[in-house]
Amino acid sequence: MNTRITIAQDSAEVPVFYLVDEHEHAEGASTPLGFWIYLMSDCLIFAVLFAIFGVLGGNYAAGPSPKDLFDLPLVAVNTSMLLLSSITYGFAMLTLEKGRIGATQIWLAVTALFGLAFVGIELSEFAHMIHEGATPQRSAFLSSFFTLVGTHGLHVSFGLVWMVTLMVQVAQHGLIEANRRRLMCLSMFWHFLDVIWIGVFTFVYLMGMLR
Amino acid sequence: MLANSSLLKIIFGRLTLDAFPIHEPILVATFIVVALGGTAVVGAITYFRLWGYLWREWFTSVDHKRIGVMYMVLGIVMLLRGFADALMMRMQQAVAFGGSEGYLPAHHYDQIFTAHGVIMIFFVAMPFVTGLMNFVVPLQIGARDVSFPFLNNFSFWMTVGGGVLVMMSLFVGEFARVGWLAYPPLSGIAYSPDVGMDYYIWGLQVAGVGTTLSGINLVATIVKMRAPGMTMMKMPVFTWTALCTNVLIVAAFPVLTAVLALLSLDRYVGTNFFTNDFGGNPMMYVNLIWIWGHPEVYILILPVFGVFSEVTSTFSGKRLFGYTSMVYATVVITILSYLVWLHHFFTMGSGASVNSFFGITTMIISIPTGAKMFNWLLTMYRGRIRFELPMMWTLAFMLTFIIGGMTGVMLAVPPADFVLHNSLFLVAHFHNVIIGGVVFGSFAGISYWFPKAFGFKLAPFWGKMSFWFWVVGFYFAFMPLYVMGLMGVTRRLHHFDDPSLQIWTVIAAFGALLILCGILSFLIQIYVSIRDREALRDVTGDPWNGRTLEWSTSSPPPVYNFAFTPVVHDNDAWWDMKQRGYERPLQGFKAIHMPSNTGVGVVLAGLSVCFGFAMIWYMWWLAALSFAGLLAVAIGHTFNYKRDFDLPVDAVVQSEGERTRLLARV
Repeated sequence: MNTRITIAQDSAEVPVFYLVDEHEHAEGASTPLGFWIYLMSDCLIFAVLFAIFGVLGGNYAAGPSPKDLFDLPLVAVNTSMLLLSSITYGFAMLTLEKGRIGATQIWLAVTALFGLAFVGIELSEFAHMIHEGATPQRSAFLSSFFTLVGTHGLHVSFGLVWMVTLMVQVAQHGLIEANRRRLMCLSMFWHFLDVIWIGVFTFVYLMGMLR
Repeated sequence: MLANSSLLKIIFGRLTLDAFPIHEPILVATFIVVALGGTAVVGAITYFRLWGYLWREWFTSVDHKRIGVMYMVLGIVMLLRGFADALMMRMQQAVAFGGSEGYLPAHHYDQIFTAHGVIMIFFVAMPFVTGLMNFVVPLQIGARDVSFPFLNNFSFWMTVGGGVLVMMSLFVGEFARVGWLAYPPLSGIAYSPDVGMDYYIWGLQVAGVGTTLSGINLVATIVKMRAPGMTMMKMPVFTWTALCTNVLIVAAFPVLTAVLALLSLDRYVGTNFFTNDFGGNPMMYVNLIWIWGHPEVYILILPVFGVFSEVTSTFSGKRLFGYTSMVYATVVITILSYLVWLHHFFTMGSGASVNSFFGITTMIISIPTGAKMFNWLLTMYRGRIRFELPMMWTLAFMLTFIIGGMTGVMLAVPPADFVLHNSLFLVAHFHNVIIGGVVFGSFAGISYWFPKAFGFKLAPFWGKMSFWFWVVGFYFAFMPLYVMGLMGVTRRLHHFDDPSLQIWTVIAAFGALLILCGILSFLIQIYVSIRDREALRDVTGDPWNGRTLEWSTSSPPPVYNFAFTPVVHDNDAWWDMKQRGYERPLQGFKAIHMPSNTGVGVVLAGLSVCFGFAMIWYMWWLAALSFAGLLAVAIGHTFNYKRDFDLPVDAVVQSEGERTRLLARV
């Protein structure tokens, strides 16, 4: 710290009222905090969707219930896809710390593939349900189910677009400070979606089967 | 022919020529006035060759001060629209008695009260407080800008975009007829199949993105960008209230976004969240919208509490009484504002225990608010009070807001609420706190910080005219509503049967006309001040003998705010500097790192408006196209790594030298 902060001792001496040597506001210093706050606001959107599911999730309107619809082994496979993608993103961040561009890109690609598999399995699950007549319009339970799970899936899909964009940018500019910051934000986003999914898996699928 | 019409349907969705209200004389006249006014403004800008200047220096600016000023302009423009609605309602209610149906058809009247509420909250009050926070906070904390300058510009244009959509509904199609919070099932597709509700939804969604992002931005700014020495308990009170407000924004607006998205799904996809059948539950909507809505009223009032704190302390020439209690009161209000939402629908039938809980939490909020009142009073006590315009607004606020607060506590008592619910008493109450609080506070803030923004004071005479018209007009307009409410008259009535009530609505209409004079006086005040700006010029940068850091720099402040980052030792940092012999540095300037202007925010907001418009009118191809455009522009923007530049040292030396020269003239 080259800043000269003196707290005024006594009034006989004029204290320091400004910094002569400019302290560098490191570029993007606020970004991690700002992104955290964004994630918390996004978390509230999910909180609303969970609350809606909590209230309306039992309103089957004489339609299908979770027991008729959910295929737990498939959901388990899907969950492991997302959890594995979180681990591989962790590996990408480790190689990023070591400055190894190639390895980072490979781990990002692996992460993206797991993410893609997750979205694919989810879409096929949706298609299957809709085919059986369990559409979002059928009952409040299905409306809230599709919206909660679908919003999560939409987030993962945006994450994938973001990841591809960042891979292109890393290829262009390497692991410069700005790209490290961006990868860090996406990392937070990705793990955040994992946490949300654990909530979905527990409250929607597991507890839905117990209803 | 058939193929032709289906092609038109694909291209224009449900937009047909019938959507243009050419058969409604009131709307045609309004359109002509707006078109003439708009043409005059566009013509004047073109004639004076200002487009390039506006685009380069304002629209694309990432400077928090300019964005703040643009928010205020947006608020003033929308105030005129929102107030025109108010005037029309007052006129209707003053004449629609007995046999007379008034001059507004019910269909139109319902749109007007909806638009009035939506516009006044989202596009007048919100821009006013956001504008003040944007302009003032970075200056008060000794920062050069906000944490995310581009995001700030983008947020502003999204707010404008929402306003544009709401204004469009005036001439293309119609607006919602559901009241400002759009309760289902009335707002569902079954009862509101037309475009009005969709204008409402997309207008608020587009503006909501801007508000949420600007909240994130200001929280990060206040947490990360404070000048060295400024600990949390040395922040100016306005900055404290801004921090709490933006925490509330970040914690409340996502709920609005989510609940409106669910309502959209009900309307567009046919889901059953808030429908009457298939297991839907309309009361979920009412709960969720108020979980956003109640914090929202504190989002509006907390910043103006901050304004009043700054004004009282400055114009009493004293340190604010009870700084610590003021901060804690603000924080307590912030937390409590999340625990009271149910008082908006005691009559829902939640049972005595639930209603008691929310009634009690509501009443508890009056304690920290009362503490603030006493702090302001005791700040004035034995102070040398200068009755300048900002101080006059503050006094009017203190008197008016106490009445509004007390009727609020009355409404917080569930048994009383069962009688007063949905009555004009409620309407009088919230206008009492919003006009008496937010509007008076915004005018106090405008007259207080105007010289900082432009380098000259506002002319006092027309300001005082505006003040008296507003204050007296407010009492004439809303006291009769309290009386009618106590007599059991419900809100949103288009027509009255009982002629004995007419005297009250006539008095209220007279009050509205006084407020009209107040608004006109305010506009005249701005015109006169600009005309006489040389006489009103302030070269010191500190016209009120201020106490906080924004008064330590020039007026208007240079683009970089402070040539050297200030170091803070005391709550009233600038007062402390003046007391202890601060001398302005005259040399040793360095180049300053600054963010570059960008037009991306304007483009993104424009595409969002396109997207919203397409969704409203079911033009799916346009919606897909503009959404793809949004993605492309947003991603394209991330490929630009050169977003800042160094303001050369010569430029800093020149603008600081100019200030030295001006100060020498004093």
